[in-house]
Amino acid sequence: MSGHHHDHDHDNHFTPIEARVKALESLMVAKGYVDPAALDAIIDTYETKIGPRNGARVVARAWVDADFAARLKADGTAAVAELGFGGRGGEHTVACFNTPEEHNLIVCTLCSCYPWPLLGLPPVWYKSPPYRSKAVIDPRGTLADFGITLPDGQRIRVWDSTAETRFLVIPMRPAGTEGWSEDKLATIVNRDAMIGTGLPCVEDAETGTAS
Amino acid sequence: MNGGQDLGGQMGFGPVQPEPNEPIFHAEWEKRVLAINVAAGAMGAWTIDGMRAARESLPPAEYLSSSYYEIWLAGLHRMLVEKGFVTPEELTQGQPLSPAKTPKRVLKGEEVASVLRRGFPYEREAAAPARFAVGDAVRTIVMHPQHHTRLPRYARGKTGVIERVTGCHVFPDTGAQGLPETAQWLYTVVFTGPELWGRNADATSSVSIEAWESYLEPA
Repeated sequence: MSGHHHDHDHDNHFTPIEARVKALESLMVAKGYVDPAALDAIIDTYETKIGPRNGARVVARAWVDADFAARLKADGTAAVAELGFGGRGGEHTVACFNTPEEHNLIVCTLCSCYPWPLLGLPPVWYKSPPYRSKAVIDPRGTLADFGITLPDGQRIRVWDSTAETRFLVIPMRPAGTEGWSEDKLATIVNRDAMIGTGLPCVEDAETGTAS
Repeated sequence: MNGGQDLGGQMGFGPVQPEPNEPIFHAEWEKRVLAINVAAGAMGAWTIDGMRAARESLPPAEYLSSSYYEIWLAGLHRMLVEKGFVTPEELTQGQPLSPAKTPKRVLKGEEVASVLRRGFPYEREAAAPARFAVGDAVRTIVMHPQHHTRLPRYARGKTGVIERVTGCHVFPDTGAQGLPETAQWLYTVVFTGPELWGRNADATSSVSIEAWESYLEPA
């Protein structure tokens, strides 16, 4: 990461936002407020260590282990900690189980609250005005923007993340996955399925060892 | 505050536009903004709600036309100046022009993994029993504070049902103003679509918010 610090020359090549960020970083380091090694470690964490595969492991475990699913329903924070997940941006976790009767959809209308330890950093659309404004007033229209139509009779429940509670949608296990390993199941659990703007996709299955 | 951030139910932004195979970051500077935000927050000079308040105080036109990391950058600039860590001139020049303030702590590279893993839990010991129980009908208060709040406008003055008693959690509205930390019982409150959006709304939809006790009255 530090290879990007061209402190010595061609400042003129920076865009205005790049120049502002560079000035801030230089200042924060010079004043001793941030450790450059910490900045690189933070970026590395969210670029390479934490992402939706964490949440997918939680979902796959819940699909194959009814006892785990029950613990996940009762205390999401404790259950995901069993798999080693938790921490900043996911201190208080609630699992929202989809059922044939009800589909869950997660939003943060006020900012961008999102279960970082389970899904990584949120995509741009999740943080942007179209989604944040529409999800609560027109959830089915919001799903339509993702090409999703719920079956007739399935209610929709929207969770607005207005506190430090973070929500993970546990989608229903698709038909045709009987007998699959937990690792294989995890490969069909995409990020959007855990936000509620998508569904697991059996065609995504990878038979190799999943991460 | 009724700022640009309070988006629930607003219209005119067009459809949601997911980006296929979206990268985690769209530019190198976004990574730096994320990292500086996390590291600077670890100095312990403000709360998560204090930073939210700084971001929300951007003029709505600026808030709505900025990317999310631009909002973060603007909020961080504002907070660092407000707390006396830097001056606007220093931010422009990118170098110190005044002595540094001594932060409560500086997050070291080798501490990052454990600090992120531990997180910053928001649950506190309760001083009194919860006022409401699962199944209770409640009505959210109507208020329009100048300061930060986590009760969105669309859910003010609405009747819902307590679905879950989450615990006693740090109260954002006061903490964001730099006041001493307090905690209140936090609840999941569910509203029907028509209660929030009127009689023509989708009756098969419902919306929940997380509401602190002082946001609620018995219905």
